[in-house]
Amino acid sequence: MAFAPSEEPVALKILVAGGFGVGKTTLVGAISEIRPLRTEEVLSDRGVGVDDTDGVEGKTTTTVAMDFGRITIREGLVVYLFGTPGQERFWFMWDELSYGALGAVVLADTRRLTDCFPSIDYFEQRGTPFIVAVNCFDGADRHEPDDVRIALDLDPEVPVLLCDVRRRASAKVVLVTLVEHALKMLTAAQR
Amino acid sequence: MTGPQWMDEEAGALVRPYALTGGRARHSGAKLDLITMVTTTGSPRDVPGIGPEQRRILELARRGASVADIASDIDLPLGVVRVLIGDLHDLGLVDVRAPGKVAPLPSERILKEVINGLRAL
Repeated sequence: MAFAPSEEPVALKILVAGGFGVGKTTLVGAISEIRPLRTEEVLSDRGVGVDDTDGVEGKTTTTVAMDFGRITIREGLVVYLFGTPGQERFWFMWDELSYGALGAVVLADTRRLTDCFPSIDYFEQRGTPFIVAVNCFDGADRHEPDDVRIALDLDPEVPVLLCDVRRRASAKVVLVTLVEHALKMLTAAQR
Repeated sequence: MTGPQWMDEEAGALVRPYALTGGRARHSGAKLDLITMVTTTGSPRDVPGIGPEQRRILELARRGASVADIASDIDLPLGVVRVLIGDLHDLGLVDVRAPGKVAPLPSERILKEVINGLRAL
């Protein structure tokens, strides 16, 4: 009698992108055990001019801290969350981060909506499934998701939702929305 | 060589991270994604010439661990950890399995499982 061979472990990668201070760390921490992860990268030309490298001879490295979380769905099925620095000067990291990613959550703050333009452009070009989650900060005017959709010029199929990333339940809804969207895109592509 | 020693906070680590890799910032071999799974192949005891950091990696990867897990656990920058894992791979001490190698996209079944799992958190 034959048993099915034990399944290969599956690791999935979800990115959390967005501007500085928009709540990426809070979102990752609300839903998973957050752990430190740092990269030390040789600064590319793109970084020069942003960082003050005057008088520095030769190559220099920069340390970038990422938010890193892990959710174990079951043994052999793990979802990894990576909070990625959203600024363009970190684009040297993005190709690697988005490689093989299941999808991305673009966190938006309606007071600084333009901060998430680079992330949205990037995922649109790569064909990475993404959703836009509008973090509702205290004191900020609440905007309807449709207003945000128009302001960001998003395709109609891209889900937009309001959230409060400090709340675990809300963070869960954000991730479920993303995976459902990724599933929808997958089944559409298979048809 | 032991792990980085600290003179004081301002001086920082006496051994800069890339000193552990002989100054190499990239490994020429296997491409290691953040969620590439690394699994130790055999007993690391009788292998000369690997450092304490690499021994620690072999320990962490005994039951399989991702590159990101390993980097986080041993608290070294990703770039350094990649080079160290690449060397271990060259020596045949670890297997590496890229996430996209088996199936480029997770199956419908897996995604549904993830959705249910997230809801149940």
